[in-house]
Amino acid sequence: MSSSAPTLAAPAAPAGAPLTKKALTADHPTWCPGCGDFAVLAAFYRVLEKLNYPHEKIVTFAGIGCSSRFPYFVNTHGGHYIHGRALPFAAGISLGSDDLHVFVFGGDGDGFSIGGNHLVHTARKNVNLTYVIMDNSVYGLTKKQTSPTSPIGFKTKTDPTGAFDQPINPMRALLNSGATFVARSHATQVNHMIDMMLRAAKHDGFSVVEILSECVEFYEGAFDAANPRKGGAWKLVDEKKHDGTPEDAARHDPSDELGAMKLALEAWPGSFGVFYENNQRPTKNKLEAGLIARTREKTKGAADLDLLKASFARLR
Amino acid sequence: MVRHPLSVTPFMVSPNHPESGPAAARAGNPQSLSDVVIRLAGNSQDGIQSIGGFLSRLAGRSDQEVMTYMTIPSTISGGPSIFQVRMGNGDILSAGDRADMLVAFYQHSYDAHVGSLRPGGVLIYDTDHVKPAADDHRFTQVPIPITSATVEAVGGTSKDKGKNMFVLGLLARIFDLDVEKLTALVKERFGGKNEDVVRNAMLAFDSGYAWPQNNLRDLFYRFEAVERTGPAGRPQVTMDGNMALTYGLLAGGVRHGAGYPITPWSSIMEQLRTELPKYGGLFVQCEDEIASISTALGFSYTGHLAVTGSAGPGLSLKMEALSWAVMAEMPLIVVNVQRGGPSTGMPTNVEQSDLMQAIYGSHGDTPRVVLAPKNVEDCFYVALEATRIAREYSTPVLILTDQGLSSRIEAFDEPDLGSLMVEPKPDLSDRGADYQPYPLGRITHHAPPGTRIGSGKYPIVTGLEHDELGHPTGSPKLHQQMTAKRREKIKQLARSLPAPEQTGDSSGEVLLVTWGSNWGPGREALTRIRRAGVRSGHLHLRHLHPLPTGLGEIFSRYHKIVVAELNDEGLYGFGQLAMMLRAALANPNIVSVTKTDGLTFKVSEIVAGVARHIESTALDATLGAAPQSVLSRS
Repeated sequence: MSSSAPTLAAPAAPAGAPLTKKALTADHPTWCPGCGDFAVLAAFYRVLEKLNYPHEKIVTFAGIGCSSRFPYFVNTHGGHYIHGRALPFAAGISLGSDDLHVFVFGGDGDGFSIGGNHLVHTARKNVNLTYVIMDNSVYGLTKKQTSPTSPIGFKTKTDPTGAFDQPINPMRALLNSGATFVARSHATQVNHMIDMMLRAAKHDGFSVVEILSECVEFYEGAFDAANPRKGGAWKLVDEKKHDGTPEDAARHDPSDELGAMKLALEAWPGSFGVFYENNQRPTKNKLEAGLIARTREKTKGAADLDLLKASFARLR
Repeated sequence: MVRHPLSVTPFMVSPNHPESGPAAARAGNPQSLSDVVIRLAGNSQDGIQSIGGFLSRLAGRSDQEVMTYMTIPSTISGGPSIFQVRMGNGDILSAGDRADMLVAFYQHSYDAHVGSLRPGGVLIYDTDHVKPAADDHRFTQVPIPITSATVEAVGGTSKDKGKNMFVLGLLARIFDLDVEKLTALVKERFGGKNEDVVRNAMLAFDSGYAWPQNNLRDLFYRFEAVERTGPAGRPQVTMDGNMALTYGLLAGGVRHGAGYPITPWSSIMEQLRTELPKYGGLFVQCEDEIASISTALGFSYTGHLAVTGSAGPGLSLKMEALSWAVMAEMPLIVVNVQRGGPSTGMPTNVEQSDLMQAIYGSHGDTPRVVLAPKNVEDCFYVALEATRIAREYSTPVLILTDQGLSSRIEAFDEPDLGSLMVEPKPDLSDRGADYQPYPLGRITHHAPPGTRIGSGKYPIVTGLEHDELGHPTGSPKLHQQMTAKRREKIKQLARSLPAPEQTGDSSGEVLLVTWGSNWGPGREALTRIRRAGVRSGHLHLRHLHPLPTGLGEIFSRYHKIVVAELNDEGLYGFGQLAMMLRAALANPNIVSVTKTDGLTFKVSEIVAGVARHIESTALDATLGAAPQSVLSRS
């Protein structure tokens, strides 16, 4: 439980005023010092500043886990739900009110283990929202149990001799499920995170950014292999520029699903950037709106009371 | 007109039982009757449900009361199936203990259901498939080659399709039904299909209707004419319980929902999926039960009160999210169409064994509202009330209906939609600087996302214990205060509830208590019990949690409180409602009548159950030397 007092919020900014980090800051984060999630939060403030949406139209939502505390630290409409089920709830938010900007935060346990089913179906339905997964490859809140992305051999309290179940490959799982925006980033690369989250937010559809975010308490050094400051290799996806140059032909086109899958299958630690973006497939939001429009065309937009009266008249 | 109970009124005159009534009615001089129970037994693909549907809707259009009872096999297609329709012009409260007429399509139909036909009743059977016991003289036997007569009438390659329409014609002739209205209904029903379908249906119908009179053993009846007492100017509508519930939700302004298919809830979600887009709303079919309640909660969070629903096992899956809804104080409608449990149990049978689950089946202290409709009409009104309570008290409300109500067709007065319908829109008006999502001492009313908050501090809805702003707290004091806040609003609702429906003697030996679909059989049972000379009353509960106030005082006026419900007596000898009433009121006179055969209560079962309890006490003297025989006569 958090014991920190809520910070004093600034009075409501007048409508149209730029959104500032000050206005977006809420409770002080409860994460351990050194946690990768701090950087994700800092980057997210920057993303919201850049997007400058109307403050009241932003929703941050989460399930359960260390990273799922996120909404308490962002001063927007928000919610903290049950373990693994943030996505279907957020789908209700997105479909229930199409002018909101919905951001869901969670970890690898929430997203790939207990909520795995929901990830698959929110992806295939292409519900318009952005999902940021802070993957630390360990259960941190419950103090070091094996997670669905823990590598084979990682010693935890539930696998004291080393994990041996095949871990989930998040990028591959997301592509398989039909997510229309799939990107990967690293919590030590703030500018890259901002770029990925910005593009995800602007994508019309289900957009996911997986961010490798180190748990310094229970899995120190988990992602050093991709951290140049720790001797690792930071390899960016070489995205196609469409500049007609010969070298551009070899670059990755994010609309190329097969190419995205090749990136997903690279050996650890792999590449970072936008693996896949599909702007062709309509969102569930649009499809449902279309169904409503077609149906109301048939009923000539009749008033609710008249519709119900007509239904009863048929049952006389 | 005083209506007599089934057992003493000879609706049908049987030549085998001349003592059951005056001499057999002659053709052209039909016997008058006030109500009749017809059981149709065949296979599910024979369309006997549609005979029942036509009869029900006809009765509705003729201002007659009607109630049906249907069993559908849980197999994917085919298998034995029955439809029982009771129609008449009095108050029809139950589908009838025993049938006055049985139409048996097959030998297995005859074998399984001849026992449900009362002695003196009429047995119509298809001679192409059924050989009844030759020496059985209990019934008036009417042999008719239903299959071959239908094939002959329709001709072509239709085989025996249309047997149901043949039987409908036959019944129309026997009961002097309004053929013009019936024909109109048939044409409406098949109108969407090609003309051949309507033509074949009418050929079969006409053939049944014209079946030679002398082969019907002079079985002709006419329902007594009766003045309609319903509200002037509003006709009757005929539908099943799930449909009435769906329309109640629509009238209550529910425009969003999410669900996962499960019998017998599915038809509600199917109707909502079709209906809601007309109203600019939507219903989402989710990947599972948990996603369904979660998506519905997401809708509610945006200010659109939403519905989710299921049957027993699915409700169990929703329980964690339901606890969140209580903690976060999020309004929500959860429909639970109860079926036989536990586990997959008896998915197409009726039971009332989810009461405890509905009230208590979550982790933590989770006070919430549970309502149960008493009949098909009430499904509409309970759904409407649920929407009002959910919004007013910002709470999840569970509607406990059951398999019996879900598919039963009844006719009832069309609701006054103009005065009942509500169309609330999300309240996105600016909130003041003092806005708090969880104020102590006041009922929560959330500010949906999209609402500007004057203080600039945006609210969090949360499952963690929280302070008044929705921020997490570990404060023992706040946990206690917030727990009380969530409890007190439900107690506040209890104080606003109307007194429960009570009939019969206001004090006496027995108070019969029922809930849910037992209302009708309970009411009829009371009539019989009182006729036997026992001072008794009947109390029916629609509000199961919170209970209405004042029950303790009412109960104190009776020697025994007999709670009749369709669940098991459990380890301690009490059904689920009885257990709860005993705990709430500490009244040792509360006893139980329970059963778990998957069928609705017969009136006689309730009467016998009450008799057992009276017999076991000093009240025997009141009933005379043989209380059993007095009551069991009915």
